[in-house]
Amino acid sequence: MAFLPVILWSDVLIWLLFVAAGVFGWLSLRNPLWRTAWQRVGRSRSGMASATVLLVFVLVGLLDSLHYRPRLENDAGHLASSDAVPGESAAGKPPAAYAVEVLSLLDAILTPLRTRNEKTYSEPLATRAYAKESIESRDAAGELQKTRDYPRLKHGGIHLGADEAGRDADIGQRLLRALALAILAWWALAAATAARLAHREACAHREAWRRIWSNESDFAWNAVLAAAGAVLLVALPLGMLAVHYHVFGTDKVGQDVLYQVLKSVRTALVIGLVTTLVTLPLSIFLGVLAGYFRGWVDDLIQYLYTTLSSIPGVLLIAAAVLMMQVLIDNHPQWFATAAERADLRLLALCFILGVTSWTGLCRLLRGETLKLRELEYIQAAQAFGVADLRIIGRHILPNLMHIVIIALVMDFSSLVLAEAVLSYVGIGVDPTMISFGTMINNARMELAREPMVWWSLAAAFVFMFALVLAANLLADAVRDAFDPRIAGSA
Amino acid sequence: MLAYLVRRLLYALPILLGVNVITFALFFVVNTPDDMARMQLGVKRVTPEAIEKWKAQRGYDKPLFINEAASGSAVFTDTIFFSKSALMFAGDFGRAEDGRDIAREITSRMGPSLAIALPTFVIGLLVTVSFALMLTFFRASYLDFWGVVLCVAMMSISGLFYIIGGQFLISKMWKLVPISGYGGGLDAWKFVILPVLIGVISGIGSSTRWYRTIFLEEISRDYVRTARAKGLSELAVLFRHVLRNAMIPILTGVVVVIPLLFMGSLLTESFFGIPGLGSYTIDAINAQDFAVVRAMVFIGSVLYIVGLILTDLSYTFVDPRIRFN
Repeated sequence: MAFLPVILWSDVLIWLLFVAAGVFGWLSLRNPLWRTAWQRVGRSRSGMASATVLLVFVLVGLLDSLHYRPRLENDAGHLASSDAVPGESAAGKPPAAYAVEVLSLLDAILTPLRTRNEKTYSEPLATRAYAKESIESRDAAGELQKTRDYPRLKHGGIHLGADEAGRDADIGQRLLRALALAILAWWALAAATAARLAHREACAHREAWRRIWSNESDFAWNAVLAAAGAVLLVALPLGMLAVHYHVFGTDKVGQDVLYQVLKSVRTALVIGLVTTLVTLPLSIFLGVLAGYFRGWVDDLIQYLYTTLSSIPGVLLIAAAVLMMQVLIDNHPQWFATAAERADLRLLALCFILGVTSWTGLCRLLRGETLKLRELEYIQAAQAFGVADLRIIGRHILPNLMHIVIIALVMDFSSLVLAEAVLSYVGIGVDPTMISFGTMINNARMELAREPMVWWSLAAAFVFMFALVLAANLLADAVRDAFDPRIAGSA
Repeated sequence: MLAYLVRRLLYALPILLGVNVITFALFFVVNTPDDMARMQLGVKRVTPEAIEKWKAQRGYDKPLFINEAASGSAVFTDTIFFSKSALMFAGDFGRAEDGRDIAREITSRMGPSLAIALPTFVIGLLVTVSFALMLTFFRASYLDFWGVVLCVAMMSISGLFYIIGGQFLISKMWKLVPISGYGGGLDAWKFVILPVLIGVISGIGSSTRWYRTIFLEEISRDYVRTARAKGLSELAVLFRHVLRNAMIPILTGVVVVIPLLFMGSLLTESFFGIPGLGSYTIDAINAQDFAVVRAMVFIGSVLYIVGLILTDLSYTFVDPRIRFN
């Protein structure tokens, strides 16, 4: 095998969530009440536009969640082997050795970005480094000359050769080509959508086209297409330029900032999504239990969440993360690779965030259950002697789901923002793991430099803003569609 | 009223005890003092003797709950739980890693924290409530729509960027105020003004939107229609009726945080180099000073519970119908 698949725990959870979301979506489409709610989301233009953008982020995150260890070239003998897999040597071949470095599918796609590291900082699209260095060169007479100048980058704009002045023209040309390609791709996408709509609604193409853009269709196709167009317009030029330049510059150790930004997406998604795996079961189970059974069960659960929520969130997280750090540092034998350690730390952070943030939703669900259990149909069910578990499963839980969904999408953006702050405080993800928080933290040190190193910060800002804004807008659309108080009046 | 207060305070005790048990479990059971010692001493200097010495210096060498070697009440008092957790109720927080008394450090750092947090809170509240009232006044207009869009955009920006951007623009580009630092006395204003400004701006997005929702919920009530019907101007309706009736949900969210203002803000204080409790906490986290973190967790939860009681009290001021019994 050319590679050894590595299954990280967070990968498993991310894919599990992906599948669960699919199953849940399919199930909820069969329920007429839910279908109308989702249709309302589908009609919301801001909601669908942000969903399209989020989809792109999720795609990047999913690609980054398939990990493997590449096989090392074995010509040099076994010395290169860091971790030989037993069993394969039986065939007489030298045992296959795999690199310690854990890569993902996204890394494989981004190989040029990942491997072409410079020495240190360079500005976006630069051909020369950011700081002067003494360069030794031989002049015409063969004398060794020392000059102080901006050294040429090893990779950025190397295809230009000596013609560095032609950089702007080259960039312009590439941009134009990318734009043309983007427009072409967008037209193809739009035409395909129109054709599909025409086929489904059995009308002429021209009529389908008109419906897409006139808000008459019961799905906000225009918003989806517009957002897709925007994504294409950004992604294609970035991709075209990234082949030959460092589009967002390089950081202190010379790593491409665009690569870092794309890798950060997965960290943000894991934090935002996996945390809900902890909060949801806790808050649904305890909230329903407290609201339905009341009495001492209620007292106990209320005591539990008042106690937890009375500890200021950051401090509780800090305390828990500090303790986890001690635990991890004292047990290095648990982890085969650095990636596994970082991954477990990320999951532990999710777990801690989840344990500290389930209280709000639990309180909401308890209140709603208290209200629901007094309704006639539930009293009737109790009078008929239906078992409590069955009442909860059939009558209470489905009526709480809208609160859960709203909380889920609303929490996502705040969790992504929280990750950045926590990483800044030093209690976030592993320092070796690329995330928006670690990017900001590293870039912050360089703000005092003159001239300023602004590009890492700017890139992290733009991508994080796009992700969180899209999540917020989608959360609004979902809330408007699912909240009976709002949906009823609209 | 007094009876109510006493009962609330008594109710707070088990919660504080719970907080204490949670932090105790986190700091002493999940990881033993040996682990902490190893962490603090670093890899090189770890010897069994060094660990024992480290523990003895800090009083971590006692048993967790019950000291069987001791006699009398010392069976319970000469333990880690009593000396490190239970004594916090008496305001004894022990010493930090650098040997300083934590309680004294906390009292001296409260001032700078409050100097930033209090103005931020008051100005922020005024600004966001007035913005929300304005959006409510112009509801369902373009101003309202774009105002909400702006709010959503503003709440999508990480707090880190507000601070970094503000420091860059105001201190570095325009050189209006020093970039960070703190001074006592009247000179403090030029250090305070930028953090306060940034704190207010970064809070505008989410708070304005939240208050707007509250106001909009009130404005569809019957009493508002009656007030309009009797000929009140829209402004009078907003200020005299809607604002007053919206006080309860606003207070619920606002009063709780007032005592927590003492704790300061982690981010703001560390970016602006303000010697308050926020930066104290952050330094403690970075230095892995467990005693300080434990003390801050305890104080934080005490202040939160005080906030909850204050919230209940504040209801009686805005709604005379609410009585304690």
